[in-house]
Amino acid sequence: MSLDKNKIAQRIAQELEHNMYVNLGIGIPTLVANYIPKGIDVEFQSENGVLGMGPFPFEGEEDADLINAGKQTITMMPGAALFDSATSFAMIRGRHVQLTVLGAMEVSENGDIANWKIPGKMVKGMGGAMDLVASAENIIVAMMHTNRKGESKILKKCQLPITGVNCVKKIVTNLAVLEVTKNGFKLLERAPGVSLEEIIKATEAELIIEEEIPEMIL
Amino acid sequence: MINKVVNNIESALKGVESNMTFMFGGFGLSGIPENSIAALSKKDIFGLTCISNNAGVDNFGLGLLLKRKQIIKMISSYVGENAEFERQMLSGTLEVDLIPQGSLAERCRAGGAGIPAFFTPAGYGTEVAEGKEVREFNGKPHILETALTADFAFVKAWRGDTAGNLIFKGTARNFNPLMAMAGKITVAEVEELVPAGELDPNQIHTPGIFIQRILQGKKYEKRIEQRTVRSRE
Repeated sequence: MSLDKNKIAQRIAQELEHNMYVNLGIGIPTLVANYIPKGIDVEFQSENGVLGMGPFPFEGEEDADLINAGKQTITMMPGAALFDSATSFAMIRGRHVQLTVLGAMEVSENGDIANWKIPGKMVKGMGGAMDLVASAENIIVAMMHTNRKGESKILKKCQLPITGVNCVKKIVTNLAVLEVTKNGFKLLERAPGVSLEEIIKATEAELIIEEEIPEMIL
Repeated sequence: MINKVVNNIESALKGVESNMTFMFGGFGLSGIPENSIAALSKKDIFGLTCISNNAGVDNFGLGLLLKRKQIIKMISSYVGENAEFERQMLSGTLEVDLIPQGSLAERCRAGGAGIPAFFTPAGYGTEVAEGKEVREFNGKPHILETALTADFAFVKAWRGDTAGNLIFKGTARNFNPLMAMAGKITVAEVEELVPAGELDPNQIHTPGIFIQRILQGKKYEKRIEQRTVRSRE
């Protein structure tokens, strides 16, 4: 069975390490916060100026002065800190944020990512994505393996305008976990019940398959 | 103590003209200078270049200036939350310069800090790097980004004093302190204006030296773009 968005988030949450500072992008990445493993403390950074972001507020407690980068109302955890946008991107560019999880439209085998622009369509802008991918120590992409037309989003070369070069380290899709290595995509895990053949068929890029590929443990 | 207080929005906006460059603090609709924007949208000034992370929504924020076609160019990182913006951009009457958010913040900070340009890794290898100088530092390529300044910067703070010192609240701080530094004339509007001496100097986010005019904002609507809540179980 291919994974739904929540299961993708749940698998990515296994990559969280104790005391990590993490930036979660909009979409599937946001869901990762719901699956933090027991005994692991992490702090979420939102690039509009908060470290120690908490869950959504209870109804009636929304504050227009407290939002995340997706402009959603949020709360703060005890020990949270607030800052301006330049300080926020100092945390990001300066590699103080250890993990970035973001969505993508395409990823190429050398780790290039495209997630901000579809030529010919309305272009809304890159927001903080280019700064995030240019500097993060570790970037995990959360996305569906194929697009709405059923075409592979895991490519030899990105077709869309890229957001950053050589930056993605790992990809978790509804079908598989892949690592970006110097030699290309290495298949690490399969979604439960998904066969090797299904993954290969859904992937345009070459896959490095070194041994028996285990199923994800969720 | 130098007194920066202006008593009405007309005095706050004295000197604004067509074809000027303005900066507006705020992220989405959070921390935007609502009163200044509303007053600017009633003035007959056009051909404006506006530097702001976002471009407001229909009928609010910079959407008000877009509606009257007062803006000729937007410099932003993320836009298009309103239909009017999209119409003008696609018809070619509105020029849009999209900049990575961190570079936009740093370009404003640099503009106010006397740094003419800086190298950043953000955007290397992408469209953003086209025509920009590339240089390697520590084995990694970076692109040259130049500082931004403005004829007027409009910022919004939670509390301010008559000397122009500002304190922001929550994530409404965002671009406000950076743009405050980068305006030739910076107009700060605040929710609460107090006499100099009432704010704790230890808690000041933006020192008054960066502010030329400070104004008690008449009213704040503080719209929320994405109201998200959880249930009480």
